[in-house]
Amino acid sequence: MQLIQLSDWLLDVAFLLYVISSIVFAVAVTGKNWAGRDPKQHEERYGRIAYWLAVIGFVAQTGYVMARWIAGGHSPTSNMFEFMAFLDYCIILAYLIIYRIYKLTSIGAFVLPLGVIMLAYSYVFPKEITPLIPSLQSYWLHIHVTTAALGEGILAVGFAAGLMYLIRTVPQHISTKSTKWLEIVLAVVLMLVGFILMDSSFARMDQKTVFEMKKEEMNAAGQMVKPKVEYILPAIVAPADSTIIKEGPISPLFEAPTWMEGKDAARKLNTMLWSVLTGGILYGGLRLIFRKRLGAAIKPSVESVDPELLDEISYRAISIGYPVFTLGALIFAMIWAEEAWGRFWGWDPKEVWALIVWLFYSAYLHLRLSRGWIGAKSAWMSVIGFVIILITLVVVNLVIAGLHSYAGV
Amino acid sequence: MDQRKCECGHTNPVGTLLCESCGKPLNVEIHEQTSFPDMRYEGMARRSQTNKTKVIDRIWNFFSSVKIAIGIIIVILVASAVGTIFPQQMYIPVPVPTEADVARFYTETYGTLGTIFYGLGFHNMYSSWWFVTLLVMLGTSLVICSLDRVVPLYKALKKPRLNQHKSFLKGQKLFAEGELAPEDNQEAILDASALALKEKGYRIFRTERAIMAEKGRFSRWGPYINHIGLILFLVGTLMRSLPGFYLDEYVWVREGQTMAIPNTPYYIKNENYTTEYWSEEEMPEQLELKGGAIVKSYKTEAILYENKSADVPGKKPDLVEVQKGPIVVNHPMEQDSLYIYQSGVQEMQLGALNFTVVDLKNNKKEIGLIKIDLYNPQPEQTIADGFTVRILDYFPDFIMGKDGKPATKTNLPKNPMVALELIGENGNYNEKLVYLEGTILTQKNDPRYGLEIKMPDLIDIAGLNVRVDKALPLIYFGSFIFLAGVAIGMFWQHRRVWVQTQEGSIMVAAHTNKNWFGLRREVDGLVKQAELPVTIEDKTKAKA
Amino acid sequence: MNKSNRTYVRIAVLGVLLVALVFALYSSFVKDPGAVKVGSDAPNFSLEQLNGPELTLESLKGKGVILNFWGTWCEPCKKEMPALQQQYTKFKDKGLVVVGVNIGESPVAVEPFVKQFGIDFPILLDRQSQITKLYRIGPIPTTFFIDPDGEVQEIFIGQLDEAMIESKITKILP
Repeated sequence: MQLIQLSDWLLDVAFLLYVISSIVFAVAVTGKNWAGRDPKQHEERYGRIAYWLAVIGFVAQTGYVMARWIAGGHSPTSNMFEFMAFLDYCIILAYLIIYRIYKLTSIGAFVLPLGVIMLAYSYVFPKEITPLIPSLQSYWLHIHVTTAALGEGILAVGFAAGLMYLIRTVPQHISTKSTKWLEIVLAVVLMLVGFILMDSSFARMDQKTVFEMKKEEMNAAGQMVKPKVEYILPAIVAPADSTIIKEGPISPLFEAPTWMEGKDAARKLNTMLWSVLTGGILYGGLRLIFRKRLGAAIKPSVESVDPELLDEISYRAISIGYPVFTLGALIFAMIWAEEAWGRFWGWDPKEVWALIVWLFYSAYLHLRLSRGWIGAKSAWMSVIGFVIILITLVVVNLVIAGLHSYAGV
Repeated sequence: MDQRKCECGHTNPVGTLLCESCGKPLNVEIHEQTSFPDMRYEGMARRSQTNKTKVIDRIWNFFSSVKIAIGIIIVILVASAVGTIFPQQMYIPVPVPTEADVARFYTETYGTLGTIFYGLGFHNMYSSWWFVTLLVMLGTSLVICSLDRVVPLYKALKKPRLNQHKSFLKGQKLFAEGELAPEDNQEAILDASALALKEKGYRIFRTERAIMAEKGRFSRWGPYINHIGLILFLVGTLMRSLPGFYLDEYVWVREGQTMAIPNTPYYIKNENYTTEYWSEEEMPEQLELKGGAIVKSYKTEAILYENKSADVPGKKPDLVEVQKGPIVVNHPMEQDSLYIYQSGVQEMQLGALNFTVVDLKNNKKEIGLIKIDLYNPQPEQTIADGFTVRILDYFPDFIMGKDGKPATKTNLPKNPMVALELIGENGNYNEKLVYLEGTILTQKNDPRYGLEIKMPDLIDIAGLNVRVDKALPLIYFGSFIFLAGVAIGMFWQHRRVWVQTQEGSIMVAAHTNKNWFGLRREVDGLVKQAELPVTIEDKTKAKA
Repeated sequence: MNKSNRTYVRIAVLGVLLVALVFALYSSFVKDPGAVKVGSDAPNFSLEQLNGPELTLESLKGKGVILNFWGTWCEPCKKEMPALQQQYTKFKDKGLVVVGVNIGESPVAVEPFVKQFGIDFPILLDRQSQITKLYRIGPIPTTFFIDPDGEVQEIFIGQLDEAMIESKITKILP
């Protein structure tokens, strides 16, 4: 169908623009001291170009959202691909709003790459538009998921600013606990990048490993079949109690522990192992190139930014994102759950994790407003908060099975 | 000693940080500006700081501490996360009828960790006594923290101080001081400042030598409003335990069956159940479904009856239809505060067996049809003139007993065995037959009549969840108040600007609880517009 | 506000919160306030008999009632039937009634069973398992011993023999 192709194309365009924008932003903040340039003018000029590239990318992604919405007949928030792409859309939107308020160029140099990573991550999931299963057929799908994503997007900007604050302020001339943790955070980001690189490059090759489970399960049509598990990445770990029916490039080294739920758990574990591995290699490589801590390598590009402004932006983003998240991920979620399942709260893992995110940011606000946790402490919390959001979005879907686990995730 | 006297002569209650009259910090030696007392309640005494002797006061002080509140939040957070490591008992995917089955499930599925998880009672964590206690402690902390702070805040906001002590102004994060030239008209400078601030939307309080300008005061109430919302929410969840406020029943209703909904005066009839699948034309994109299909809807066509003589359970009901319509996922049937949800289904279950009786001696001539309703079999039915069929024995879920006699495993017709007696020729002929697992066993070697097995009636059994939750409006209302409070507190800021002249100098100070940059811009604008002879120094508190 | 007033306010607030705690704990422990316990009144109900008119529990007041929930698929139920019948025959003139509530089966399935064991105490058909739910029956057989005032004196889950029944009957005979 035409519209679906259009929406796919628009998303590709948006992705490309975000990538270019990220590069221009990087040039804007790192190239300030190139010979013969006025640093301020340089940053302003390239910053403006990068900003407008992001704006055009955002417009293209808006087009994608609309086209896919019309083509599918429902908001593009019904599976993991759609959700991650929409979350990315919200992150960019939140960035544009925050930029309008504070006009800080370098924040784009952090948020846009984050946007690229998120969008690239969404490409990993199956892209088909599937018709809605009965429990998703409600206008609350549009309201609940979009608002929750918007809240998470704004909180992501709070994370980016917090991370910038840390890179800006953590002294790099000596090794401390702070520098170590900062490196860990950066390494985790690189793992996500590593995962995306691995997955998208292996997906292009014809090298899938296929396993067949020994235990029969009922399929959607009600027949008993032996489920098959397809690995895109080479198999390091095999599903427990299975046989290989199509060999991949390498043979698995060990079996997944049996307590991991579901037939896909092993595939997810395999993916996780690959991510850690490639992320580690990427990190090691960058360390070798720069010959210093990554934090120290990035530090000069934010040297000119007022740390207090970063603190303020991070806090502002969180104080806007918090109520939006509460509304979308908790209140709307409760109303919908009441309508669909007859209970507004059921301690389903996904619900619990939304509550955990909420409790965490509540603690953040109390510590900041009441105990005077500003600056570094507050920045660390904004980073941890986003990590919890990522756990909620990724790990809970990967490891813990619940009512919210989308198909194929 | 109960009171503290300020050098200005005013007596303040114990716990006061800034003199109520002049604003000079009490009991604090100000060497460095950063140690200036907290501005949150403008230095008013917080109630919990005033008395520390009695047990009641100790408990009160414990719960009034924000540190404790954050501690409780963190403990709940960690506990909640731990509870999601393995599924809670209610989400166990296989049936676990007894406690021993539950224990076995965790051990067998998750190994040692599962055993520990079960042993610590984490499989029912969210309703455990300690988790409930934690939640109530959080509620207690909400109530006491709010009460403890709202009173001094009210007092402080009701009577804003105008003439502040110089050290008060100096203690603010935004502060500037400048010399006034002798020819400067103090009056005029203050007027100009007042005008400039007024244009920016400030409310001006004025004395001869001082201005206090303020805006967004209401945002200070935000935290209390949102805490009230949370308290209402928690009260709502507690109310569900009151008798009559909450009901949760589950009924399986066969097609054609009318079922009592326990603990309500209602009966529900399942007229027809259907599962619909998306057709390929309806899909926006061709999908590789690998033989599966995607469900479009689960729908029970239902009739809801009210029992007019509902005083004694089980008594023959006197039913009046009150509602008729479909129940689908996301669209429950609603009757007063009662909601009926489409929640489960058992499809294609055996409902009735069908046979044709044929005359074997007469070219298999058809005599008549037998229908055996497996849920309510008729003991005897006449299928043709002078021909009756009697059920001798019926075992819905056949099993051969240990004593060699047929028996049933359950009361559900999963594997029915029926023993029939065919009585023909007006009672002059009879023979016995047994139906079991798709075959007919005959008593006689050369029977006259035979049974041909027809397609059985297959029925769907709809699982309907029935709920009453009368506390819901309060729970939603509390959520709404919470959100309103957060928005008020987060999206607006309380800003105050002081301009004071004193002994030939002019002082400008400003305070806000968030968005210092916005305040800074406004103060810069003020200095520019009113041409104040000061430069703003910006003390950085953010450097940790 | 003076200090003693403040103390009273604090006591009042903390008191209310304590009540909330107790209530919250109570309701998380007592998940089912409607459950039938020893010492509580046996909930009244009315059911059709296998061969007879509707029977209401309340109409049996003044007599000792053994309320036995059973099904034809349940082996221990089968085994204890003769014992119940024996005791019924022995004590029915002294004011004992045995009431068997069959869970969710059709008369066609119940009738032969009743005949096989020669049961002549009333058998009620709980076709929709409504009363089974009302009495929160888990495993069967479950037997309630109800005294002439309608109060539950004992609940027994599992198979009974004659001696056990006889010892329990003494508690409920009028």
